[in-house]
Amino acid sequence: MAIAEQRRTDYQRQVVAASGWTAILHDWTTTVDHKKIGILYVLMSLVFLVIGGCEAILMRSQLLFPRYDFLPPDTFNQLFTMHGTTMVFFVGMPILIGVGNYLVPLMIGARDMAFPRMNALGFWATLFGGLLVYSSYATGGAPAIGWFAYAPLTERTFARTAATDLWALGLLVSGIGTLTAGINFIVTILGMRCPGMTLRKIPFFAWTMLWTSVQILLAIPPLTAALVMVLLDRNLGAHFFDTQNGGSAYLWQHLFWFFGHPEVYILVLPAFGMISEIIPVFSRKVLFGYEFMAAATAAIAFISMGVWSHHMFTVGMSKTLDLYFAAASLLVSIPTGIKFFNWLATMYGGKIRFASPMLFAFGFLSMFLIGGLTGIMLAIAPFNFQLSDSYFVVGHFHWVLIGGTLFGLFAGLHYWYPKVTGRMLSERMAQWQFWLLLIGFILTFGPMHISGILGMPRRIYTYEPDRGWEVWNQITTLGAAIQVPSYALFVINIVWSYFKGPLAGDDPWNAWTLEWATTSPPPAYNFEQILVVKSRRPLWDLKHPDDPDWNYE
Amino acid sequence: MSSTTNLAHEEHPLSAGSILTLTQMGMVAFLVSEVAFFSTLIVAYLTFLGKDTIGPTPLEALSLPTAIVSSVFLLASSGTIYLAEKQLHLGSLRGFQGWWTLTFLLGATFLAATAYEWSELIRVHQLTISRNLFGSTYYTLIGFHALHVSCGLVAMLAILFLSFRGDVKSEPGGGAELVSWYWHFVDCVWIVVFCIVYLWGR
Repeated sequence: MAIAEQRRTDYQRQVVAASGWTAILHDWTTTVDHKKIGILYVLMSLVFLVIGGCEAILMRSQLLFPRYDFLPPDTFNQLFTMHGTTMVFFVGMPILIGVGNYLVPLMIGARDMAFPRMNALGFWATLFGGLLVYSSYATGGAPAIGWFAYAPLTERTFARTAATDLWALGLLVSGIGTLTAGINFIVTILGMRCPGMTLRKIPFFAWTMLWTSVQILLAIPPLTAALVMVLLDRNLGAHFFDTQNGGSAYLWQHLFWFFGHPEVYILVLPAFGMISEIIPVFSRKVLFGYEFMAAATAAIAFISMGVWSHHMFTVGMSKTLDLYFAAASLLVSIPTGIKFFNWLATMYGGKIRFASPMLFAFGFLSMFLIGGLTGIMLAIAPFNFQLSDSYFVVGHFHWVLIGGTLFGLFAGLHYWYPKVTGRMLSERMAQWQFWLLLIGFILTFGPMHISGILGMPRRIYTYEPDRGWEVWNQITTLGAAIQVPSYALFVINIVWSYFKGPLAGDDPWNAWTLEWATTSPPPAYNFEQILVVKSRRPLWDLKHPDDPDWNYE
Repeated sequence: MSSTTNLAHEEHPLSAGSILTLTQMGMVAFLVSEVAFFSTLIVAYLTFLGKDTIGPTPLEALSLPTAIVSSVFLLASSGTIYLAEKQLHLGSLRGFQGWWTLTFLLGATFLAATAYEWSELIRVHQLTISRNLFGSTYYTLIGFHALHVSCGLVAMLAILFLSFRGDVKSEPGGGAELVSWYWHFVDCVWIVVFCIVYLWGR
């Protein structure tokens, strides 16, 4: 404890001694330390989260009353395009990659990622990709094509300004950043584990990052190719998606969803990993069925590559394809169900602590379950025919991505914040944040299922008063308004606790994985000596030499 | 528990005894993503094959003899880069530089042949990227392959430059080896592209 304290003050003194902002700025912009790059990723994503959230609030304000004229239709189209693009590409993926960047080398007992400079390249490419997309506002307006960018809406004929080009270029550049991160994770996890840490002993979060990276490797390049085709269409007169000259809108949907569907799992698998770290620690039990969980992760990654056309049931594919993609989509629920029951079994009979990470983990379990169930509904093709492109779908995927990824992510951020900063978050603020988020979230996305069943299409900027949709839209907007203070509380909490939070010590949660074996925050070299691991819970072994885990594994 | 020192006492190399070195793994992962990229371009090519209402069609425009000649150059370069690596392995830096330079020249000749082919297509057949679907898909697929050949040539020049400074060694995961892996991959892609575009697609 004393050593940790000393190191922390040494570090602070160094920062002060290096004199002022320029030194700190230089330090952070040239860093190749995986921990600093991880922090940069997370901070960037939080900024984009606020921007994407503001876009959502603007849209919800416009939909508060029927025939409301708060926003013009074109602005509304730009807002939902930017909201979707931002949340998927510049919040979801980078924040998960950031957390992975920080934690994976620590968890596997390595000193850094395999390719530190490529790691820095990945972050800056992602950031500049985001800036490129947002620079479209300087050219007279954001793209108005939806985050899915369906052809032929993206052709010159329908999208005349440079905004669409900037959108495609931005995703191209950030895609290169994501790809380098994926390569880096795979090599790091496969090649840099400390002695004794076989693939059967890696912490579960590292395991999910491995499979997310495999999906990145297979899903991002097709998107890159498709974006190149769009750019060639728009700038050199090619005809890939130019339906007037034989091009195919159908091809775009296939290529986009071949990326877009695995993307859902790229976003949710790391959250699964975080939950799988948190639930055991706060239940004081080992993760139930580690091998089954691992196999289920691999199965999800594998199956998810073959289900993309369930986004296209209403396009008019053949009956055979509809049947195949419906069946394959339903298949995903089997490994996901395995995971679910294993999480529950981990808690069963455990001594559960209701600290904020566990609270968010509970939020994850209950909310993700509902999102999964509406997903099963949508995988059934005839049901999908009825509700495709309605608010039911909007409700479903927000339920999955917020109930799954975001709750999982908040659980993780609350769990690992003490490791990153050396300070505890305020538990009071965390609890308030949780309940506001949960209530706001249910009120926002629950009624969307109902307005969808009542026939409200997505992407419309206003609606007629006689459809019975007002009340559901108003509850939705109210829910969005309740979510705002929740996010604000989180930002206040991380800033306030950084200066005023109680000191955390090396291992505040009495956890079991290697990142807790070093100081909080860890030194630049992570570990003084490379560790040797003999079981899945090396810190348990260390704390209980009389009864180590390797006797049972 | 104050620090981690009591977990282990020996210093240990980074790798956990895997078959490949870190850079080798990185290259394999990168090439896997490249397979996904080229597969997408090939899917687009096949989707639009024969769907054009206006000419020129692949049968009218593509010259098989030109393609075969340029393929011979490219495939031969896979052989010479193998010989270059072998010389490096045997410790002959001069031998390495000779075969490596020959590989570069063969690759550059392939690129020149592609340039000639394109100029013929534009001049004689008026086939541009905006002419029809064949033009769009053909120039994109072949163009990205040519871009990869160009990147390979740049990498070869860099390795050649390093070898004159004496910085190239025969080691697993070394620069020369990684460039040769990449180069073999580019050749494999060409075999697939050749079969689809010049043989089957005509």
